[in-house]
Amino acid sequence: MTSTPPPSDNPAILEVADLAKHFPIQRSMIATLRRTPPRLVRAVDGVSFELRRGEVLALVGESGCGKTTTAMSVMGLTEPSGGMIRFEGQPLHELLRRDRSLRQTIQMIFQDPYESLNPRMTVGEIVAEPLEVHKLYKTKQATEQAVLAALDEVGLRPAAEFINRLPHELSGGQRQRVVIAGALVTGPRLLVADEPVSMLDVSIRAEILMLLNDLRKRRGISILFITHDLATAALFADRIAVMYLGRIVEIGPANAVLAQPLHPYTKALLSVIPSLNPHRKRQHLILQGETPNPADIPSGCRFHPRCPLVIDACHATDPHLEHKQGHEVACIRV
Amino acid sequence: MPLLDIRNLSTEFVTDDGVVLRAVEDVSFTLERGEALGIVGESGCGKTTAMLSLLRLLPHAGRIAGGQALFDGEDLFALSTDEFRKRRWRDLAMVFQGEMNALNPVRTIGDQVREAILLHMPWPRAKIDARVGELLELVGIPAWRAAQYPHQYSGGMRQRAMIAMALACNPQLIVADEPTTALDVMIQAQIMELLDRLRRDLDLAMIIVTHDLGVVAEACQKVLVMYGGRVAEYGPVEQVFGDPRHPYTQRLLKAFPDLDNPQAELMSIPGSPPRLSALPTGCRFHPRCPLAVERCVIETPIPRSVAAGQLVACHLA
Repeated sequence: MTSTPPPSDNPAILEVADLAKHFPIQRSMIATLRRTPPRLVRAVDGVSFELRRGEVLALVGESGCGKTTTAMSVMGLTEPSGGMIRFEGQPLHELLRRDRSLRQTIQMIFQDPYESLNPRMTVGEIVAEPLEVHKLYKTKQATEQAVLAALDEVGLRPAAEFINRLPHELSGGQRQRVVIAGALVTGPRLLVADEPVSMLDVSIRAEILMLLNDLRKRRGISILFITHDLATAALFADRIAVMYLGRIVEIGPANAVLAQPLHPYTKALLSVIPSLNPHRKRQHLILQGETPNPADIPSGCRFHPRCPLVIDACHATDPHLEHKQGHEVACIRV
Repeated sequence: MPLLDIRNLSTEFVTDDGVVLRAVEDVSFTLERGEALGIVGESGCGKTTAMLSLLRLLPHAGRIAGGQALFDGEDLFALSTDEFRKRRWRDLAMVFQGEMNALNPVRTIGDQVREAILLHMPWPRAKIDARVGELLELVGIPAWRAAQYPHQYSGGMRQRAMIAMALACNPQLIVADEPTTALDVMIQAQIMELLDRLRRDLDLAMIIVTHDLGVVAEACQKVLVMYGGRVAEYGPVEQVFGDPRHPYTQRLLKAFPDLDNPQAELMSIPGSPPRLSALPTGCRFHPRCPLAVERCVIETPIPRSVAAGQLVACHLA
């Protein structure tokens, strides 16, 4: 269906190495004239990970941690300031420059189903659009068949009834299914899902997550799952990467990270998620203060100002991810 | 006598075409001093409208269609607008949903807290300023920040400022509408810890309106589950969450990921919450209920007692 080259033998569909994305802050006139270097917002500041074929990797963190910027870089929607992203063994941004059809292979699902669909296009037109942009079918009938098949696959049945509806006629869950259909219709091998369920009512989140899981199993798609909600990540991800202020502080198999969090930040995050069982009150490790501004990243370990385990060495040492107890963690105190 | 006794509250909206929409129907609950009640439900269940009714802050198209709101024995709905205005903010106050984004950007936080006090208590300036400082410190904001503007505060701090404003006149009851939505999980924990401390230290009665069952499980003593504008289940949190009797409550609990049991299969409830313009007949939950029988389509169930203090509105419970 797509015209991109067949996948290589590399088990890693995506390799991110030392990815950095820095945004310069606009300087005053005087500073510009004096050539004072601009302050930088280090949104992503040295992120490395692999995503294997058919795997779901969750990037978890609070606002400002850089997870969305990382996703944007992986999508090729923003040029990195440093580091390298390889897709199926090839440098991603070069590939995209040469061949736009790669975009069929890497697709994205967005957070807000109320904002991400064009209100003036029918469901059929929305899902057909990527097919038309990439000229994947020669006839209108063939395009329509593909659209109907996509709608059916995401559970919007009977598909023929949905094809002429407008977004406002659909519920939040149905809209998100349209978004997913639109992302799947070009046959991607990598899906970037940015908070795909956080704006949906709780009682319908499960079915969307199950849909993504089914699709992943059936089609062998790899998913980079961005979320602030560890509990959702726990359900769905094979591996979890916890981000803080532009870096990954812990990464490992989902069960391992949840059962035995090593980094003090991961421990704190896990501890404050409310438990449904009123008898079992977890001890909350509530961190004081807020995440620092990524324009003013603390020296040494960037987590040290809020860390309950901080020692002198933490002010000076910037720890890297190291293998400890089954997964990787960036902390000298572990 | 409970501090707050809501009896059979019903609220309607009248559209431009004269169509009457029942947003809240026959809702009853009580609240003691120092107690926290969680009102949970999904979109369109009427929880925010019920609270706006209590504070008589409904939009123009809304009106209270029935019921009583007994505050210390006195029916707030029977008071005139002027009489109630004196009570609002002094006796009961509200932290609105998303309010932290509604702060006036061109006035300092201090000015805005001051405004809340001045409307009810015409004290001399010095006394009010002292009170502003006191309130900010109470919610964990250093008093010197009163001179700053909203854009200089983070999201969590703005939410704390809103709580400070609600506490300005020393109310006995605070309603917090989705106090943690849109905040990072660590800040959510800080805010919930703050609300809990205030409740205990000031013996405040608190109503927390939320869709997050976890917040209710940890912070509230009682819970009211609403669906389609009506009460589905009501009672002590341990009982309702430990032994839910309403099919909606049961399935809602199963739809929540629980880190204590991450492998548990998450269930969805097919369909979606009803729109006000198309409320089902009989029991509002029947189209999505796996146990629905014919009676459920015809007859609307009334909440009745199934255990000490636990009420359920279901024919089959």
